[in-house]
Amino acid sequence: MSDITSQSLFELTSNIREKKLSSEEITKAFVNRAEKSKKLNVYVTDNFERAIDQSKKFDSNPNLNFKLPGIPIAVKDLFCTNGVRTTAGSKILNNFVPTYESTVTQNLWSQGAILLGKLNCDEFAMGSSNETSFFGNVQNPVGENLVPGGSSGGSSAAVAANLTPVTIGTDTGGSIRQPASFTGTVGLKPTYGSCSRYGIVAFASSLDQAGPMTKNVRDCSMLLEVISSFDQKDSTSIDYKRNNYSKELSKDIKGKKIGIPKEYRVDNMPDEIEQLWKNGISYAKDCGAEIIDISLPHTNYALPTYYIVAPAEASSNLARYDGVKYGFRSPGQNLIEMYEKTRSEGFGDEVKRRIMIGTYVLSSGYYDAYYLKAQKVRQLIKKDFDDAFSKVDAILTPSTPSSAFKIGEKTNDPVSMYLNDIFTVPINLAGLPGISIPAGKDKNNYPLGLQVIGKPFDEQNILNISYALEDKINFKNDISDWWLSE
Amino acid sequence: MSKNSEYLIERENKQYEVIIGLEVHAQVTSESKLFSQSSTKFGAEPNTQVSLVDAAFPGMLPVINEFCIEQAIKTGIGLKAKINKKSVFDRKNYFYADLPQGYQISQYKYPIVGEGKVILDMPNGQKEIGIERLHLEQDAGKSIHDIDPNNTLVDLNRSGVALMEIVSKPDLRSPDEVNVYIKKLRSIMRYLGTCDGNMQEGSLRADVNVSVRLKGQTEFGTRCEIKNVNSIKFMQMAIISEANRQIDLLEEGKEIDQETRLFDTKRNETRSMRSKEDAHDYRYFPDPDLLPLEISQELIEKIKSDIPELPDEKKKRFIDKFNLSPYEATILVSDIETSNFFEEVIKNSDVKLATNWITGELFAVLNEKNIEISQSPVSAKNLSKLINLIKDGTISGKIAKTVFEQMIDGDQDPLIIVKEKGLKQESDPKAIEELINKVIENNSDKVAEYKSGKDKLFGFFVGQAMKESKGKGNPQLINKILKEKLNG
Repeated sequence: MSDITSQSLFELTSNIREKKLSSEEITKAFVNRAEKSKKLNVYVTDNFERAIDQSKKFDSNPNLNFKLPGIPIAVKDLFCTNGVRTTAGSKILNNFVPTYESTVTQNLWSQGAILLGKLNCDEFAMGSSNETSFFGNVQNPVGENLVPGGSSGGSSAAVAANLTPVTIGTDTGGSIRQPASFTGTVGLKPTYGSCSRYGIVAFASSLDQAGPMTKNVRDCSMLLEVISSFDQKDSTSIDYKRNNYSKELSKDIKGKKIGIPKEYRVDNMPDEIEQLWKNGISYAKDCGAEIIDISLPHTNYALPTYYIVAPAEASSNLARYDGVKYGFRSPGQNLIEMYEKTRSEGFGDEVKRRIMIGTYVLSSGYYDAYYLKAQKVRQLIKKDFDDAFSKVDAILTPSTPSSAFKIGEKTNDPVSMYLNDIFTVPINLAGLPGISIPAGKDKNNYPLGLQVIGKPFDEQNILNISYALEDKINFKNDISDWWLSE
Repeated sequence: MSKNSEYLIERENKQYEVIIGLEVHAQVTSESKLFSQSSTKFGAEPNTQVSLVDAAFPGMLPVINEFCIEQAIKTGIGLKAKINKKSVFDRKNYFYADLPQGYQISQYKYPIVGEGKVILDMPNGQKEIGIERLHLEQDAGKSIHDIDPNNTLVDLNRSGVALMEIVSKPDLRSPDEVNVYIKKLRSIMRYLGTCDGNMQEGSLRADVNVSVRLKGQTEFGTRCEIKNVNSIKFMQMAIISEANRQIDLLEEGKEIDQETRLFDTKRNETRSMRSKEDAHDYRYFPDPDLLPLEISQELIEKIKSDIPELPDEKKKRFIDKFNLSPYEATILVSDIETSNFFEEVIKNSDVKLATNWITGELFAVLNEKNIEISQSPVSAKNLSKLINLIKDGTISGKIAKTVFEQMIDGDQDPLIIVKEKGLKQESDPKAIEELINKVIENNSDKVAEYKSGKDKLFGFFVGQAMKESKGKGNPQLINKILKEKLNG
């Protein structure tokens, strides 16, 4: 048997069911590795002691019918966890301990999983490198001083570094898929309405979706099956029949029509990425898929549209962090002064930048020119995909325009940072499912990902396509454990 | 429709007309809040009716309370208004300590209810007031400044309670019309059970828009909005004071600034709260946590079929069926409790007498005690018994008043009072004749005077006979027999 922490979710659940491993053994293995991996800074809050207690409890009366029997899992610190500090990577929630559980994490615990801890992320999920976190940047296990992507950077690093078997992140404009791409892992953003937003600290409500981040496609299907559910507590949750994603997982994609959008060939895209995409296309052909050139004409407008819609919603969603009810408060002589001090000291620069952009685009006199227009363009982008999906079953693109960059490289250039999301943002705007799978490496040996985009509620199809491609690509993420301490 | 007598404010040789529009905030009658399941009960200990949603905890999401939607539709139907099959909840963004989300969920561009109307019964006839719209929104919490010397305390019990904002067109022209309008609106909502209209508990409050213009002028003047006035009396005072302030400015050749003002009830004057320049930019946008509200025709029809008879229809029925005057009918239908009481009384008794007794004696008692008809000290059942005693001649109207006085004390049965006190009217002709004979005997001198032509003395004999009967003699009978005896 291979080292416990390097096992996939599938292997771990099998080993538990076959009584080859106990939950306690698994949990302790991950805790021990985490103790030696502090350099990566993936954890904001650990739950190790309680996790070990819970694993013992599980072992004393194991329910092996659970889908995640006794499996320890760390989650992004954007999910509210009952009794465990939830910060959203922000000083303003530094001491916030929820008395309630997000629906998505509740779904994990209801299937036997155990909370290992809360993973670092960009502040309020605003960022593409995990550098906006109040709790410091996260190291990408792929290489020292490399960003793990963001905003789910703690999550991607934790999966890549074998610090959690799987995890869940959230994706508003690419926050699952981009870090997955940067760390050689798999990340899926489900259809908007697939996973409940109840109990997830909101960034941009019309775009936010939770999703699985895993080592491979099979684990991804297993985890999606658990977290996706209809929830009356979220008015945007959609009541539809969800597949048994793992059971129905298949490499047979023969005859599937896969679209290649010409607009995703952006200027200055590295040759390596162009090559990666070509390889993906030929693998898809090898699997019997039919490749069809398509056009998504409004792609160019997606990023500016996103950077109006998301900050607008964020500016309003973050108004509740005012020092009055919970979280950080900086006292003032009067209410206004308290607000100003609390929010000036409690939020970081990137969050403030987006609150200001959002406030601006919603202001009277600017609303029509920005917010309203962005909503109209959003409809056009959605229509592009609707039209495309009348011809194809899925769309294949690169996940990101580059591989992981150095820590600090883009912190002073927000626009260049925002460009990271150029391939992922349109999918959020259209509410579609998208998955990033590791597909190759660049000249520095840093991972690169391919993205498969599906029709609404068609997660099964993109999982199957990814499963088939994964088999052909046969990606190996040789990580050297350079960060480990004794 | 007849023309109303105009309300005009005079200055030297000029006459100013006052233009008023109201934004009424009516609390929806509902067990739970608009987007959460917390209770809406009035008067609970601070912060005991607050859910995680109401306090805007991270990750909490609003979920619409269907019942409040139905209540709003019902009210819209009562206002003869258009129900919009698609409406949108927006966020109205502003910071305040008692606004936990940092925004109020309201409806801005697309309200649930569109244009409608309310008919006012004014002394000189009916007047129609246009309704611009009705929309749903959340109430805020309450900031309390006078408990702690150094801090403002916040009570979130009201946070998230459903309100209907009912916006009138600028069709009101006098404080009297405002009075009748608010009462009519309240009456309609109480008939429908959609708002209890309790102004003391803040279930009904209004923002009052006032402008003035010279009589005959067609365009509107610059308006000021007086925020959050919570009684009809204060609304009327605020309107008079504000209209005069505006007229004074115009008379001095000054301009009126469009602004938001507050009414200081102690000083009976309005004062500036914020000018147009300082007006909040609420940055309305559709709430992404809520889908657009879609209402099916089926739901509208179902609600329509449940609508009870409303004041206007009830008034018409009372006039047509019971032959009441429009004035009487208006009074009786003005409040659902009153009309219910009336209909209960007339189930078993005379309509005309019931009308007079309710609008006369009973209302006098209610006014005196300052109570609602729902707390009436005399039940409908006992009042109808009293009316029957009058109708069948058991007691006279005068005796009935004595009986009524006693009934007030603990809703006593008039039959028992009449029996115990021996107040039954004497209607036996023989007995009456006997006591009249006695009167004639004892007043032979007066009889002689009468017979010699002093007709006025007839009243004296009636009085004497009544006195002889200890007030119980049937007046009609006394009259009749007296006439026979004296003239015969």
